[in-house]
Amino acid sequence: MVSRLAHILGAQRLTMAEDAVQYAMLQALQLWPYQGAPDYPQAWLAKVAYHRALDVLKSERKLRFYDDETEFELKNQIDELQATESGESPRFSQEIADERLALIFVCCHPALPRPASVALTLKVLCGFGVEEISRAFLSTEAAVTQRLVRAKRMIREQAIACEVPDPTRLGDRLDAVLEVLYLLFTEGYAATAGDRLIKNDLCAEAIRLAESLAENSSTTRPECHALLALMLFQAARLPARTDPLGDLLLLEEQDRALWDRSMIHRGLLHLEQAAQGEVLSTYHLQAEIAAIHSNTEHFTLTNWEHILELYDLLQEKQPSPVVLINRAIAVSRIHGPAAALDALKAIALDSQSERYAFLHAAEGEFHRELGHFGQATLCLQRALNFARTEPQRRFLQRKLAGLSAGG
Amino acid sequence: MPNFLLLLHQTPTRFRNLAPEEIQKILGGYIAWREALVKRNKMRAGEKLTDDGGRHLRTKDGKVSVTDGPFSESQEVLGGFFMIEAANYEEAVEIARTCPHLVEDKWIEVRQVDAVH
Repeated sequence: MVSRLAHILGAQRLTMAEDAVQYAMLQALQLWPYQGAPDYPQAWLAKVAYHRALDVLKSERKLRFYDDETEFELKNQIDELQATESGESPRFSQEIADERLALIFVCCHPALPRPASVALTLKVLCGFGVEEISRAFLSTEAAVTQRLVRAKRMIREQAIACEVPDPTRLGDRLDAVLEVLYLLFTEGYAATAGDRLIKNDLCAEAIRLAESLAENSSTTRPECHALLALMLFQAARLPARTDPLGDLLLLEEQDRALWDRSMIHRGLLHLEQAAQGEVLSTYHLQAEIAAIHSNTEHFTLTNWEHILELYDLLQEKQPSPVVLINRAIAVSRIHGPAAALDALKAIALDSQSERYAFLHAAEGEFHRELGHFGQATLCLQRALNFARTEPQRRFLQRKLAGLSAGG
Repeated sequence: MPNFLLLLHQTPTRFRNLAPEEIQKILGGYIAWREALVKRNKMRAGEKLTDDGGRHLRTKDGKVSVTDGPFSESQEVLGGFFMIEAANYEEAVEIARTCPHLVEDKWIEVRQVDAVH
């Protein structure tokens, strides 16, 4: 509903659209408990929200603006809702989908800083509250609010329009959208601190938004399908990623029977669609790697040669620490731990990668395999210093205990 | 079977910063409660009253005086009511006990509608 209103009011009045919808929700909260929900709740809410927006527009008009066109459009919408009685007739559904899509492009505009886009997407498109967002990202409510306010100001100042960009300008815009959705997903997927349930929601929302991009003829690109496939493969493993006590399980330790087969199947279908065309994005490569894991029945059967080839390609496009560490793990499976330690040297140690627990843990593991128990202990202790969550800490402590018990 | 009024008392709350999902959760609770009573054919009526305190009319020295009811966020008002059907107070209280209204300092007054039997 926010997307419908934002479409009519314009992206510059995003806050007004959000407020009107919030107002309608609060009205519902006051009345529905007593009277029961109306027959067509969506239409009821829409009507209240439109009227509210119209009232606000009119009072603005007294102050300074004349925006007859928008007022006219709102009145039309209200009339239309009244005429159709239900207001939920199927002919609107395509329109609604398009408007949602347009709003995704507003929230994920390349001019906005990525963290702001992530927060705005959650708030405006997924209906998350400021408090939930701050819990998901370990931030304060004040910080999230400020981020949102700044993002909206930028949308106003840059006069970002609420529309799906035309095909000639889709490229950059779509890249930014995919990046934001990927951030949304990885934040949900990563076992970093934060509320578990909310984090699962983040994954689900990211998948839902990516689906709407992939399904729409004007925005669908091979990269959309590749990203969606990647997310589906990863999400399929969520049920198997922790043991009953909430401790992290490695790929090696997971019960593969718990992986969600239907999600994997959907992932494969999208991977197929991603293969149409010449593009080979980083999402393609990551999805391919995830697909190999997803379709291997047992860890010992993993095709590490193929995985390493894909990491080699990925490393050229995106030599990030995460990619390089994962590549080193594939190296260790084929060429042994000494070669893997060499591979790790490609990572430039700076203040950021230095604080990355996963790097030290991997280094420790390779040393352990080589019998360098002293070195391994040092690495794991360093990893422990930088661990961000309780499950991570417990996992590393378990490893350390194993070392002192004689490797 | 007698009817009972459930009078829902509360201090008018301003819902600030409630996310749509939270609102849906609260609404879901009320709607489920109400629907269950409708199904059992126990729900007779329900209305929300406005958050102002209404008007109070009293006679003094034979003249009617009209005053505003309490209208501030700190003072309690009758927020709304349900009329339900129940065999006796015991059942009416059991029904009222499960009403999602009963959180924080909100309270419910249960009154039987008097009728000629």
